Amino acid sequence: MSNAVVRKTLISLAIASAATLAQADVVIGVAGPHTGAYAAFGEQLWKGAEKAAADINAAGGVNGEMIKLVKADDACEPKQAVSVANRLVDSDGALAVVGHFCSSSSIPASKIYEEAGVIMVTPASTNPTLTDQGLPNVFRVCGRDDQQGDVAASYIVDKLKAKRIAVIHDKDTYGKGLADAMKSTLNSYGVKEVMYEGLTRGEKDFNALITKIRSVDADVVYFGGLHSEAGPLVRQLREQGSKAIFISGDGIVSDEFVSVAGSPKYVDGVLMTFGAPPTSYPSGKKVIQEFRDSGYEPEGYTLYSYTAMQVAVAALANNNLDPIKGAKWLKTHSVDTVMGKKDFDDKGDLTVSDYVMYEWDAQGKYHVVE
Amino acid sequence: MDIVLQQLVNGLTLGSVYGLIAIGYTMVYGIIGMINFAHGDVYMVSAYITAIALALLTFFGIESFPIILVGTLFLTVAVTGAYGWVIERIAYRPLRSSSRLSVLISAIGMSLILQNYVQLSQGANQQGVPTLLTGALRFHVGDGFVQITYMKLLILFISILGMGVLTYVIQKTKLGRMCRATQQDRKMASILGIDTDKVISTVFVIGAVMAALAGVLVTLDYGAFDFYVGFIIGIKAFTAAVLGGIGSLPGAMLGGLILGLSEALFAGLISSDYKDVFSFSLLVLILIVRPSGLLGKPEVEKV
Repeated sequence: MSNAVVRKTLISLAIASAATLAQADVVIGVAGPHTGAYAAFGEQLWKGAEKAAADINAAGGVNGEMIKLVKADDACEPKQAVSVANRLVDSDGALAVVGHFCSSSSIPASKIYEEAGVIMVTPASTNPTLTDQGLPNVFRVCGRDDQQGDVAASYIVDKLKAKRIAVIHDKDTYGKGLADAMKSTLNSYGVKEVMYEGLTRGEKDFNALITKIRSVDADVVYFGGLHSEAGPLVRQLREQGSKAIFISGDGIVSDEFVSVAGSPKYVDGVLMTFGAPPTSYPSGKKVIQEFRDSGYEPEGYTLYSYTAMQVAVAALANNNLDPIKGAKWLKTHSVDTVMGKKDFDDKGDLTVSDYVMYEWDAQGKYHVVE
Repeated sequence: MDIVLQQLVNGLTLGSVYGLIAIGYTMVYGIIGMINFAHGDVYMVSAYITAIALALLTFFGIESFPIILVGTLFLTVAVTGAYGWVIERIAYRPLRSSSRLSVLISAIGMSLILQNYVQLSQGANQQGVPTLLTGALRFHVGDGFVQITYMKLLILFISILGMGVLTYVIQKTKLGRMCRATQQDRKMASILGIDTDKVISTVFVIGAVMAALAGVLVTLDYGAFDFYVGFIIGIKAFTAAVLGGIGSLPGAMLGGLILGLSEALFAGLISSDYKDVFSFSLLVLILIVRPSGLLGKPEVEKV
């Protein structure tokens, strides 16, 4: 055998073993709206997951294997969510998925992950149906809209003592689900909404709807939906001279809400429900500091995404990278995360819900209402 | 009472925006018989150019609203007009002699190209521009009031002005005569010495300019846009053009107003969930009674 042949064989052996090493990586999908009108949220998810993966890899990986992240863009479109979910489980060989963002994407995608035996941990999808489907592999590290709606409704009734409440939603799974949850709690307090209507996602002119809100003389407007519609809605509400208190849910927790509304003065006084400040946990101090040092403020769902990654990795690491066993394990074990200790119930929901009310101020920042 | 009046005001301003965009669809259809599906995206591009122009003008320290408005209008109209010309040149002119279907597909392709190009170059995020003009006129009616913001007044004023100038150009000038001649019979017009390619290019530029007017006004008014914003408004404007009779200039304006008013009145007085259902049912009804739209002329089969 000549030297050249030996060298070639060695090289090809080296390439082959490099390829098997690469395949042994733990592939985890990060699914969400990386493009489209809701890309700001996709960015939050990606930043959190990317940082978590880098930290875990630096600490030795998952049982010695490195995490490899795959970005999957669903643009908050249910159809696209199904196709990227298929891609993640079929060609990328993902063992776990962090995502999706929109409930209307998470619900159809969850069935594909269930069939493929892949763990799904969503940092943000709050629609109750997602875990109520009874799929064994689905978890969330955020709350549920029925809990969120409860908090909003009791705030409206107890603190604001409002009588005339207009309920608006964006006809999407998340927005309508949240509005319905709020409405049913409101009704259970004996308060009947004065108006209940949907608007069309993607439109910017809501003047007709707002004139109607004015005509029913609402003193609170509750909106179930995302910031891209909430911004123009609150701006046009103020432009038409209404002083009604505007309340929404965790769909508006992004700095973009201010720019879409046009000016911080329009978001001044807007209330929203969101989990207890993710940056308040002592266990997250180091990560938050590192985020800030790198010039990125971990707003909105960033730390939720970090947490989701930690949960998925804990399940895989403690069960020899078997996602099906991992999913069972998560229901009986708690996981230490940057947002404190997380325990899951049989459905995959967190055992503790921590929704609180936030208020936006005239500087365009939000803080917890005392 | 005040509520009905307020809804009329809402519908009128929304309708005039639809009308401005509908002009682009109707003129292009009138002259070469194609539906320019990229037109909604030309509107979207103009929203981005508005934001860029605003940023440029504030960068140079200009703060007075009239100068900013005129400067933004001028820049946006010029750049968007250039977009209209280029789109016709690269996507439609090479297909001039092929079937209508190929041009239609080319238009859909152009629409996707524009959306993706803007998404990649400007980012997929929601964009916003700050409020420049605030305040409103208020009229007290009974217990309540009807108000129209200065921005909405500006929208109405510029729309009427734009449509007026355009009607004058089409009816009274040499360019308008050339357009009308090309619309009636392209081959005959070219035999008589009209450079029909140039006329068609001009029509595309006019359409883009009208879309740019709408783009500047709407962007300044609502403040929010993204790369997908042309889709819904494009569909609505196209509906307005069909409603009024596609190919007819007054038809596009009338169609826009009817669509805007019907949406506002239905959303305001009955239910906003079903306002689009109502508008499109109205379209179907009108097309059953008048298949070529309100002011459209029935198409005569050319032999």
